Amino acid sequence: MTAQSPTTRLPAQSPISTGEKLTDGPAPALLRAALDAASEAVVLCGAADDTILMVNAAARTLVPGLSAGGNAVEGPLPGLAGALAAGDDTFTDVYEGRHLQGRRRMLGPDHYGWYLRDRTDEVARADALRAERARTAFLAEAGRRLSSSLHQGRCTRITAELAVAHLADAAVVVLPVNRRQAPWVRLVAGEAAVEGLLREPLLADVPGLVEALGGFPPIPSKWLDASQAPEWLLPDDFGPIGALLVTPLPGNAEPAGALILARRGDNARFSPEDEILARIFAARAGAAISAAGLYREQVDTTAVLQADLLPPELIQPDGIELVGSYQAARDAMRIGGDFYDVFGPTDTSSDTVIALGDVCGKGPEAAVLTGKVRQTLRALRLVGAAPEEMLRVLNRALLESGRQHRFVTLVVGSVSRGEHGRVRLELATGGHPAPLVLRLDGTVEEVPISGTLIGAVARTVVRPADVELAPGELCLLYSDGLTEARGGPTGDEQFGEERLHHALAECRGMPAVATVERVRQLVSDWVHGGARDDIAMLAVRAPARTQLSVRNGSRNQSPFAIDARRNDRRVRQRS
Amino acid sequence: MSVDSRRSLDEPGLADDFLRLVGDGDEYGAVEVVTALLDSGVTPQRVMIDLIAGTQARVGELWAANEWSVAREHAATAISERALAAVAARTNVPPTRGRVTIACVDGEWHALPTRILAEMLRLDGWRVDFLGANVPGPHLLTHLHQTGPDVVALSCMIATRLPRAHAAITACKAAGVPVIAGGRGFGPGGRYAQHLGADAWAAGAEEAVQRLARNWPPHSPDPQLSAYLGDEEYTYVVRNRGVLIGTAMRRLTDAYPPMREYNQRQLDATAEDMAYIVDFLAAALYVSETQIFTDFMAWTSGVVQARGVPPVALRVGLESVRSQLRDYPTAMAVLNAGEAAIEAPAGK
Repeated sequence: MTAQSPTTRLPAQSPISTGEKLTDGPAPALLRAALDAASEAVVLCGAADDTILMVNAAARTLVPGLSAGGNAVEGPLPGLAGALAAGDDTFTDVYEGRHLQGRRRMLGPDHYGWYLRDRTDEVARADALRAERARTAFLAEAGRRLSSSLHQGRCTRITAELAVAHLADAAVVVLPVNRRQAPWVRLVAGEAAVEGLLREPLLADVPGLVEALGGFPPIPSKWLDASQAPEWLLPDDFGPIGALLVTPLPGNAEPAGALILARRGDNARFSPEDEILARIFAARAGAAISAAGLYREQVDTTAVLQADLLPPELIQPDGIELVGSYQAARDAMRIGGDFYDVFGPTDTSSDTVIALGDVCGKGPEAAVLTGKVRQTLRALRLVGAAPEEMLRVLNRALLESGRQHRFVTLVVGSVSRGEHGRVRLELATGGHPAPLVLRLDGTVEEVPISGTLIGAVARTVVRPADVELAPGELCLLYSDGLTEARGGPTGDEQFGEERLHHALAECRGMPAVATVERVRQLVSDWVHGGARDDIAMLAVRAPARTQLSVRNGSRNQSPFAIDARRNDRRVRQRS
Repeated sequence: MSVDSRRSLDEPGLADDFLRLVGDGDEYGAVEVVTALLDSGVTPQRVMIDLIAGTQARVGELWAANEWSVAREHAATAISERALAAVAARTNVPPTRGRVTIACVDGEWHALPTRILAEMLRLDGWRVDFLGANVPGPHLLTHLHQTGPDVVALSCMIATRLPRAHAAITACKAAGVPVIAGGRGFGPGGRYAQHLGADAWAAGAEEAVQRLARNWPPHSPDPQLSAYLGDEEYTYVVRNRGVLIGTAMRRLTDAYPPMREYNQRQLDATAEDMAYIVDFLAAALYVSETQIFTDFMAWTSGVVQARGVPPVALRVGLESVRSQLRDYPTAMAVLNAGEAAIEAPAGK
């Protein structure tokens, strides 16, 4: 305190400004009364030593500790003292819970006044607005991130991440019990998420968790004893839990799980606003997690149904290269009306049977029929039927199944190894484009087979043919989606057989896998993205035998250097 | 194997031997070389990067220089993949990191670099889903929702696929999965990858492994902020692609009457060249990077010269497209810059 007693210099008796005559104006007492009547808090000080000369009524109410005769620097407002020390003309301060803002005005050369304003309400409003904005931003971010993924694991992790970023120091998401175990994700701020499974009996250790997973209304945080939380809930180095909140994650008519939030420290608590925010957030997170769960169920079901309709993993018989490629028009389902299949040797036959076909129609319906056709072929192969016989039986089976307007075109072949690395094919078609053969010299031949389509008329005509492939030669079975693919530079031209012949001819000497890939690439480029029809290819190749020659240092046996010395066309029509 | 058969990557002539093996389609010999290297203690990473990827780069150069046919290039790639599979079969690393999905953008067929990346990441402890070449956007997104990976590695080797790469990047990020881009298509230093909203870019498999090993995922802004690129000139060029190419073909025939005698294959090849010009122009307009087009023209002029085509043919082709785009100033500027990039014949 200053040495001067406040009573020695009553403000009313002090000249406001020594250099000023007041005789012409109102008396000092009147001025004093006028200042006391003003709603603005005013503190007058001497400029020389910052002594407070006068404190009006409003200022006394606002800051009772201020009094005339005192020194402004030593008063109860550190903010004011700081502004004086720094020579500033404004300050803000908090005095007994009130937010103050002060402005300094020079009043002549020797005096100045601080004009104080109570900003408590304003600050409270601004704080409320900021909090509301933060909540809105949080919920908007939560909406965006939670709706982004249909993967349940990701949704669960995102829930924990958002909760730790906005609501608590640690978050644990527990999903409903499945086979006596509850999947859970735990995330502590600044650490990596931990995922695992909780045994069902453990759930009862956490206060309120069983209730939350049971879909009961959330229990307010203040009723949950944080000290009762089991040790396994959070890592050892988390420290004592100050406050715990367990919120149900509401799902589709049944709970999607529970969200456990923890704050550390003795003073930690969850306010009612925090609890409501957590509940709103939990509703969004629960909806996302349960939608992802539904999606997974659908995907699992579809995957089971799809498994038999997808193109098979091809067997790799000795001495024969077999490569398949399938591109469904509807990529998300990856199933359609084209198909191929390969049946390996059986006890009674060492041949490998191949088939490639096209069911009329598209999408899942067509896919189901391809499944039936493939199964029929598999059974026929087991009883040792030859390709043309398979087609005849399949025709009758389809006609007798009673389904109208369901027919299929396909090529069936029986593949066997010949002498000197050759491969023999016995081929028959039911209304399907004839396979192409790529010879060593680069010529491309159409296999001379024909036949009526399958499942349309009772009487079929099948004219099969045998083909022999020398090492390095290849036979390509394909569906008409390949030649009918529309595109090209001008946009609406069919790829056509001529281009396919040229494309194949360019693949002379290439391994079957590279040939199929090359043709697929050319067609994909042709349609300029997004084929509108299924495309299936199946290539059979007699492997080129280059290894020995190359390692002996001779390069002229390379498939690129081999010039076909054969003149015989090893295709013979059977009639 | 005897002690003498110990091999190393420093052996003189090893790269040439391996190049010859893959070029001759000798799967057995190629696999034998990588197996011998692994047996001699060379790490699988070095075999993949230094030998297989290095050889593949030379295969590309040989094709560009017209020393190898397309068929031979494809056959060599198939053999390289077999050699890579042999390396992969010898290593088994338990996953300790997250899960990564690797895909080539829709229309992109160069799968070998991404296959090498897949193996490199597997060796680094990632759980890898390799979707291969030419992955349509919806297929990729379905996969993301079903497997929930921590990152998508997207490869694009040719800049004309950038619009589709952009669609895929935006969709992946909208699904909450960050994207690391890779491949020449994203431009020098991966400059275009940033325009397209990728979270990171890596020049090669080794860089990608390093980038993903720490500080991942990066913070990234809302993908919708960079969801749209291109402008009305881009839209015009893409929507009229067929007309631009068709008209260019007619004008070419007028300017060069022997074209009337072209067979289907020659016409297709010429139309394909016109399509490249239009597609690279569209990509340059989409990303607002003239360099996409100038790089293409410089590269193409090298390739066609290796095949004995004079640069004037390229200029005439360019003009046949340019003369249709007089009202489109940005496209004109791009095409003019492209013409300036056509190289004078080698030998000067």
